[in-house]
Amino acid sequence: MSALQEKSQVFVAEPFQPESDTVIDCAVNKIYYGDFLAVRDSVVPIEKKKITGFIGPSGCGKSTVLRSLNRMNDLIDIFRFEGSVMYHGQDIYAKKVDPVVVRRYIGMVFQQPNPFSMSIYDNVAFGLRLNKYKGNMDERVETALKHAALWKEVKDKLKNSGLSLSGGQQQRLCIARAVATEPDVLLMDEPCSALDPIATRMVEELMLQLKENYTLALVTHNMQQATRVADTTAFFSVDISQGGRTGYLVEMGPTQQVFEAPRESLTKDYISGQFS
Amino acid sequence: MAFQFPKSSETESSASRPPSAFDSASDIIFRRLAWTCAALIIGLVAYILWALGIQALPAIGEHGIGFVTGTTWHASQDAFGILPEIWGTLYSSLLALLIGGLFGITIAIFLTQDFIHHRLASVFRTIVEMLAAIPSVVYGLWGIFVVIPLIKPIAAWLHETLGWFPLFSTDLAGPGLAPAVLVLAIMILPTVAAISVDALRRIPYKVKEAAYGMGTTKWEAILKVMLPSSSSGLLAALVLGFGRALGETMALAMLIGNSNQISLSLFSPANTLASLLASNFPEAGKLEVQALMYAALVLLAITLIVNIVGLGIQQYTVRKFEGKL
Repeated sequence: MSALQEKSQVFVAEPFQPESDTVIDCAVNKIYYGDFLAVRDSVVPIEKKKITGFIGPSGCGKSTVLRSLNRMNDLIDIFRFEGSVMYHGQDIYAKKVDPVVVRRYIGMVFQQPNPFSMSIYDNVAFGLRLNKYKGNMDERVETALKHAALWKEVKDKLKNSGLSLSGGQQQRLCIARAVATEPDVLLMDEPCSALDPIATRMVEELMLQLKENYTLALVTHNMQQATRVADTTAFFSVDISQGGRTGYLVEMGPTQQVFEAPRESLTKDYISGQFS
Repeated sequence: MAFQFPKSSETESSASRPPSAFDSASDIIFRRLAWTCAALIIGLVAYILWALGIQALPAIGEHGIGFVTGTTWHASQDAFGILPEIWGTLYSSLLALLIGGLFGITIAIFLTQDFIHHRLASVFRTIVEMLAAIPSVVYGLWGIFVVIPLIKPIAAWLHETLGWFPLFSTDLAGPGLAPAVLVLAIMILPTVAAISVDALRRIPYKVKEAAYGMGTTKWEAILKVMLPSSSSGLLAALVLGFGRALGETMALAMLIGNSNQISLSLFSPANTLASLLASNFPEAGKLEVQALMYAALVLLAITLIVNIVGLGIQQYTVRKFEGKL
């Protein structure tokens, strides 16, 4: 924190200028939960067909920022967003934008596996039916399950409940459900935190496959995971200098640069494990 | 061989101790107490069945299965048949369940799915639950003085214009099925609503997140995710509501008209088993009491069957939808 205070009273990260196209340009001014300022001053561009990793200590607001990208936070009624999230040239926080529409194009995989209490098939077909998909449903479901590396394990029991699967399988089912409609962007909020190392590995491989077709943003507590899969890494931290616990972006850049030659001493301390 | 405790000298600072004799004894006492209570309940049910059975035995021997299929009840002629009452019980309860169930579950959705602020919702819920605290006889009086006059003109109009339709084939002369069903629906509403609220509240937040995360509208989230996810709890609410409707006595005895007939018409007077028991016991002779005991056994059997079937369906939905496969 000392390095931060020396630099300026209110630290704002150097803006990251991505070389490739961006899909989402997120510019958080302030995010509040009621009176509590949760996140401030964070500009996070999400590059097309790349994996953007969000890392940082607990309470740094990385999940909050991720969930702002498809207006998931709107479910919390005391949530308030100041800033803009430009998606294909329009601000998804503009008054006339329906959050339901946003979420159909920007899908999400959550920390805890959360399949619906319906059959495996119906879970994957859920989004397709929701979007009134008219094509070959069976084929789409099969493709999605193959994408999620789950097809071999479930192809003979598609009628069984999604909840009858193991935790790792459930998470891959949720990924299949999210990718079945082929949304433009996939947000993943610590998708491996409830998984064992083998399932984690499978999900990571899956992410690397998915980025050929999708844009991904990933929140992770696991720095090794960020180095393994993320092309770009955004490091968030907690600012206690203003009296509260406010998260903000410290540094963002290509993953290799952030981990091997961080610009900020705070980043260096965090990735070398001197500060959690 | 008993478990060997580490010597206390080796673990001087350790707080680990075996449970004291008092702890073990209270554990055993509590377990026995719980067993006794459970056994008492089972014993009580068995005793009620046995006592009813003994008293109904002469009537069962005399009337046999004809009692259930007979359609007249004339104590003076020793003619006892309860088919109209069985019909009336099931018909009125089903109609009440249809109305009360629909409103109860709708209210539960309204109270749990962020339509109103949660504090307002809990106030609302308390008011709905207060409906359950109103005595049955008050409902009966309210039915006589409020509901019947209120629906009489509507019934008359329906009968005149749509008289060919079986449900409206008779006119409402006063007490009848329609006011009884309406009051019964209100009486089972708090049961259905309260249990449905609990069922909907039990859905984990992550399921709600998953639904909205897929881009559902509120209506789609409720219809396609929330209701299926809580289906077993909602079914339990309906079964309990139906059970309550089957056994409801006082309000029905005051409102249904106590007439032994089988009719589809909503406006004709009818009768139910519970209402038959309540109205006929005070002046019943020995033979009629035996017949009434038989009728009570039949009511008990119907309630039991409804509960078992309901439980079966509920287990099925738990397995089918909630993945306990």
